[in-house]
Amino acid sequence: MSLNPQCELKTTNPHKKTPRELLIALAGNPNSGKTTFFNQLTGARQHVGNWPGVTVERKEGVVHSGGTRFRIVDLPGIYSMSAYSQEEMIARDFLISGGVDVVVNVVDAANLERNLYLTMQLLELGLPVVIALNMIDEVEKRGQRIDTAKMSRLLCVPVVPTQARAGIGLEQVLSEVVEVAEKSADRKPHATRYHPTIEAEISKLEKTLHIAGDCPLPSRWLIVKSLEGDEDALNRLKRWVEDGDAAQEAIGSTRRHLEAHLGENLETVVADSRYGFIEGLLREVIRYTKAPEALTTTDRIDAIVLHPFLGVPIFLALVLLTFELTFGLGGVLSGVIEHQVSILAEHLKTVMPNTPLQSLLVEGVIPGVGGVIVFLPNICIMFAAISLLESSGYMARAAFLMDRLMHSMGLHGKSFIPMLMGFGCNVPAIMATRTLESFEDRLLTILVLPLMSCSARLPIYILFTGIFFRHSAALVIFSLYVIGVLLAVLSGKLLRRAFFAQTFSAFVMELPPYRLPTLKGTALDVWERAWIFLSKAGTVILAASVVVWALGSLPWGVPFGSERSLAGMLGKLLAPLVAPLGLDWRAAVALLFGVAAKEIVVSTLGILYSASPKAQGSPNIASAVSQSFTPLTAYAFMAVSLIYIPCAATIAAIKRETNSWKWAAFASCYTICLAYAVGLLIYQLGRVVGLG
Amino acid sequence: MRAGNDPDLPACGNKGWRHGLRRGGQPWRPGLRSLNDLEPGESAKIAHVCCRGRLGERLLEMGLTPGTEVEVIRHAPLGGPIEVRVRGYLLLLRRCEAENILVESESAV
Repeated sequence: MSLNPQCELKTTNPHKKTPRELLIALAGNPNSGKTTFFNQLTGARQHVGNWPGVTVERKEGVVHSGGTRFRIVDLPGIYSMSAYSQEEMIARDFLISGGVDVVVNVVDAANLERNLYLTMQLLELGLPVVIALNMIDEVEKRGQRIDTAKMSRLLCVPVVPTQARAGIGLEQVLSEVVEVAEKSADRKPHATRYHPTIEAEISKLEKTLHIAGDCPLPSRWLIVKSLEGDEDALNRLKRWVEDGDAAQEAIGSTRRHLEAHLGENLETVVADSRYGFIEGLLREVIRYTKAPEALTTTDRIDAIVLHPFLGVPIFLALVLLTFELTFGLGGVLSGVIEHQVSILAEHLKTVMPNTPLQSLLVEGVIPGVGGVIVFLPNICIMFAAISLLESSGYMARAAFLMDRLMHSMGLHGKSFIPMLMGFGCNVPAIMATRTLESFEDRLLTILVLPLMSCSARLPIYILFTGIFFRHSAALVIFSLYVIGVLLAVLSGKLLRRAFFAQTFSAFVMELPPYRLPTLKGTALDVWERAWIFLSKAGTVILAASVVVWALGSLPWGVPFGSERSLAGMLGKLLAPLVAPLGLDWRAAVALLFGVAAKEIVVSTLGILYSASPKAQGSPNIASAVSQSFTPLTAYAFMAVSLIYIPCAATIAAIKRETNSWKWAAFASCYTICLAYAVGLLIYQLGRVVGLG
Repeated sequence: MRAGNDPDLPACGNKGWRHGLRRGGQPWRPGLRSLNDLEPGESAKIAHVCCRGRLGERLLEMGLTPGTEVEVIRHAPLGGPIEVRVRGYLLLLRRCEAENILVESESAV
């Protein structure tokens, strides 16, 4: 159902067989309103997935209008069609694959000059394009008028003024799409005119290279891109000529000749020509109805929000508010769910006979899955907050303020918010890294995130500091958080060196104007994340809790998690390994179970150390624990609990967000090694200085 | 995707163009400054973007072509990124990236 009454596009009878289908690619710059445009067109009828083999989100939706079925693919937001970033490559590969009928280029009318740079490249590719001149109302408010008819004539493509957030102009875009698709055969591709010397060389190359007639790409595009030094285009060019090596040689020598002649590198000259054309076009089509205001609303807000002294405190206040809402308000709602889950478990205990099935449900599935579902309110609230920060344009400001600090850790300004959220729960924090555009920055943030001590680890600290560090509990807990942050800093630097020393990490980022977020956009964002989270709780977490349960209760009949259970045996096996850290087999079992969720460490310790296995939560855990641990081993144990292997939910989130088990496995191994090293260091050093 | 190990890509913090000037490798003119040297509120015209490869192309795509007017709006605290207005929109750059953009004051043109 469309949430917007103005957008009545679904007019066709779904039972009538649609005569035809058009594949539409939605292309545009980030912040051009492309996502709003897509949401308004497709409503909730979208399918969210990943592009094959990469972690870039792929959204697809279907719209019926005027007897045509439109399949709309939302391409990643890009500034250019170069082949440098994953997003650009995806968009480019998809566009030149040949399956696309029409490209709808969403252009921010209030930022035409830069937005048209991508348009120029789409046109150079010879693709059938319809331009949606979005946010046209903002331009008019500013006192400018854009002559769309003239613009359409000069660019040789339809130009439709739209206001995506109000649903205005969308239907007209679709009808233009149909028209363009019908006459796509006799369309002549627009071409940017370059410097005469370059033009001469291009036509010379067109003649000498003999690009095969059936090449689906415009030969001019292949030549210009190759001259620009685009290796992907050069490789494609080589496939369509007789002698690939000769072509490469010709391109190389032409490039050197042109650069020597023009005294400037070719990328600069080509970019300059495109912008030159755009400047000329804009002079023709933009009319000023009143003098532009000296200060825009954005300027006024930024004067306060990015103030040299007020900026950071305002940012921290907003973060605190988000935190408070997520874990304060969210905590209350989580409590309600938690209560319901425990009622369900109690209920099952009374109504079901004492069978392995009952044990599986009551001791395995319900605490495991239930323990994760309780985070749902936190996730929804946090994503509502992040969605608002992002779509209002504040996130870019936050990155501006925080980049200095984060860059020194090898991370990006936008990593700050996910990292901070990690103190609450690593799972939504990892899902929040999607605000980072580049894969490298996102991956690094994800890999160091589990070192942020989440709230599930707090019960462990509370248990041990309550027993061993009664007078300095706060200080000890604080020191653990500091250890986590320091290790994150070190790991960030180390991993950046290890994996991405050679790769590009720039901070060249648009600061978009402030915009009012839409209810629909925020609702869709929250729904999407909540769904990802729930589907994970239903699969990975379920599996993990069944495994933990099986280890704890098999062979059937032994007390849960006791010495004679599989877990106990495994614990004994692991005992020599953890002995250098001053830990015994029970601690090993607790850590093992803690992989399902770190809170389980406490309950497992409770079970293993209480005199009677059923006395979970009784006061004698403390005395039992205090006999088996010393303050030193307790501290080592806490540090290990903090660092070692992210919980199952976090591992699943890492897998989901990196789209690879490899990185999830790496994160697990890396943190195990790190935990072991730190635990060993603490215990052995402590013994040397006589704390043992 | 192109390989990232572009020899022309200046490492962050490397004052590439200043060395370049000394070696005579850059199109030097009197009055040439780095974008970093501009104070907030000052504007100038871009003379040259002293890096090639991915960063250079990204800067060009974002509209920082020679002759374009840029105005520095503000600096982030403690040596953080800078905010500039170019081609009617706002752009953020790290200092080490801005370092490679040579500008000349309007009066010098």
